[in-house]
Amino acid sequence: MTDYALNIRTNHPLAESRSVRLTLIGTALFYIGVMIFLPLIVVFIEALRQGMGAYIDAITEPDAQAAIKLTLLTASIAVPLNLVFGLAASWAIAKHDFRGKHLLITFIDLPFSVSPVISGLIYVLLFGSQAALGQWLDSHNIQILFAVPGIVIATIFVTFPFVAREMIPLMQEQGIEEEEAAILLGATGWQTFWRVTLPNVKWGLLYGVLLCNARAMGEFGAVSVVSGHIRGVTNTIPLHVEILYNEYNFVAAFAVASLLTVLALVTLLIKEWLEPRVEKE
Amino acid sequence: MATLALSLKKPGVIPGFGITMGFTLLYLALIVMIPLAGLVIKTLELSWEEFVATITDPRVVAAFEISFGISFIAALINAVFGLLVAWVLVRYDFPWRKAIDAMVDLPFALPTAVAGIALTAIYAQNGWIGQVFAKFGIHIAFTPAGIAIALVFIGLPFVVRTVEPVLRDLDPEMEEAAACLGATRLQVFTRIILPQVLPALMAGFAMAFARALGEYGSVIFIAGNMPYKSEIVPLIIVIKLEQYDYAGATAIALVMLIASFIMLLVINLLMKWSHIRRGGGMRS
Repeated sequence: MTDYALNIRTNHPLAESRSVRLTLIGTALFYIGVMIFLPLIVVFIEALRQGMGAYIDAITEPDAQAAIKLTLLTASIAVPLNLVFGLAASWAIAKHDFRGKHLLITFIDLPFSVSPVISGLIYVLLFGSQAALGQWLDSHNIQILFAVPGIVIATIFVTFPFVAREMIPLMQEQGIEEEEAAILLGATGWQTFWRVTLPNVKWGLLYGVLLCNARAMGEFGAVSVVSGHIRGVTNTIPLHVEILYNEYNFVAAFAVASLLTVLALVTLLIKEWLEPRVEKE
Repeated sequence: MATLALSLKKPGVIPGFGITMGFTLLYLALIVMIPLAGLVIKTLELSWEEFVATITDPRVVAAFEISFGISFIAALINAVFGLLVAWVLVRYDFPWRKAIDAMVDLPFALPTAVAGIALTAIYAQNGWIGQVFAKFGIHIAFTPAGIAIALVFIGLPFVVRTVEPVLRDLDPEMEEAAACLGATRLQVFTRIILPQVLPALMAGFAMAFARALGEYGSVIFIAGNMPYKSEIVPLIIVIKLEQYDYAGATAIALVMLIASFIMLLVINLLMKWSHIRRGGGMRS
């Protein structure tokens, strides 16, 4: 397979002529350059337009710091919860047999096909002051909407399937023989999970967590709908970028956006490093 | 518990089914199913006439046309260039190929708000690409063309990632046989390669289209958001929410939700078709 691939890349009799090849490569590189690399470069150029001082001011300013803290807080709640859910769901689905498995997997995947705006809207409908639950919460002085809990819940929703959809196929492929052997040799369920299952899926798990975290920190639409945009209080990093941008404070907007861009680049880097390891599992 | 045990096809020895399944269902219900059901229930508060009036309001209809129309165009652009990029990445070798392959996933990793402001900076009248077009009197940012650019960006990885594995797994013998029988390279591509890639290409197209329909963050910065001209459906929902028109926002959201579920079904069918056409050889 590899031999063939190498052949056709260089001078296989079936390969296209040199000029066709160069044209296709050139077009693809131009397209990727304009669509992918240009936006990346622009973020950093715009962020540093007024020099390093302005850049550092923009990301150390109190509202920016508050936004960074809120984003870290949100991810540190949403990611572990979805991690536990992903493990529970994949254990139940991959290691056991029951009817309606496909339907359950479809339901778990649902948040991926819902528009971010609608993901926020469903919680406005649930917790808003027009709803029964919202009124009850109001009368007990519990604020969820337009406050931190709402942001966390909306983030949990949009990142809901990441770990589970990574773990379910991986665990299904590995089968249950090793676990059965462990149980028959007298291990408890916990011991089997920690010592047999988890070591077998650790890279896949990390992969799911990585993608879950990237989305949790970068989510805009859903969080925007439930946040209420209170500066320094309910602004995550992406929402802070929007506010700065709408105030025509472009340098600061791009400076804060560059933090998210670095996060995206680091995520891609770790993803590349993880992929061959996940393949082996 | 007893009913759950009964629904098991064969009792396994692995413990923990009750607790993990219980937690899965509870968490799924609390985070996903109940809130989504709430949306449907909220729509029922509207009478049929009110529902129809909301979604046939001219400004809403215009937004539907813009969202569906531009998402379709963007997905089409992604299908053409996605196939090209996948082809080049699988078939040819050139410097930095692996790095470029990895960067194709950037639109998945880059937060949409960042994509939105970066693309606006590039395509605005004084931007790097915007000023070139401005000389010819063409404006991209703050017009429907800007929406298309943003939707092409966020949908870029889908076609590449669905087509890539199929291209990699193609049986070289078929191409060789066709070439031996006198087919030109173009004939081999259109008669041998394209039919095998088509289901995956269509699945990638459908995924890019579905994603584009719901996209909000990257679009609102570059769209200009003018009613009847460059307002997308998700923005209409946000505007209605800001006016406390919860019923109106919900009615439009329900239409979009149904559209995305139909797309989900279509994507699943296309993926199955792609799997069958490839002889079911690849792991799903």
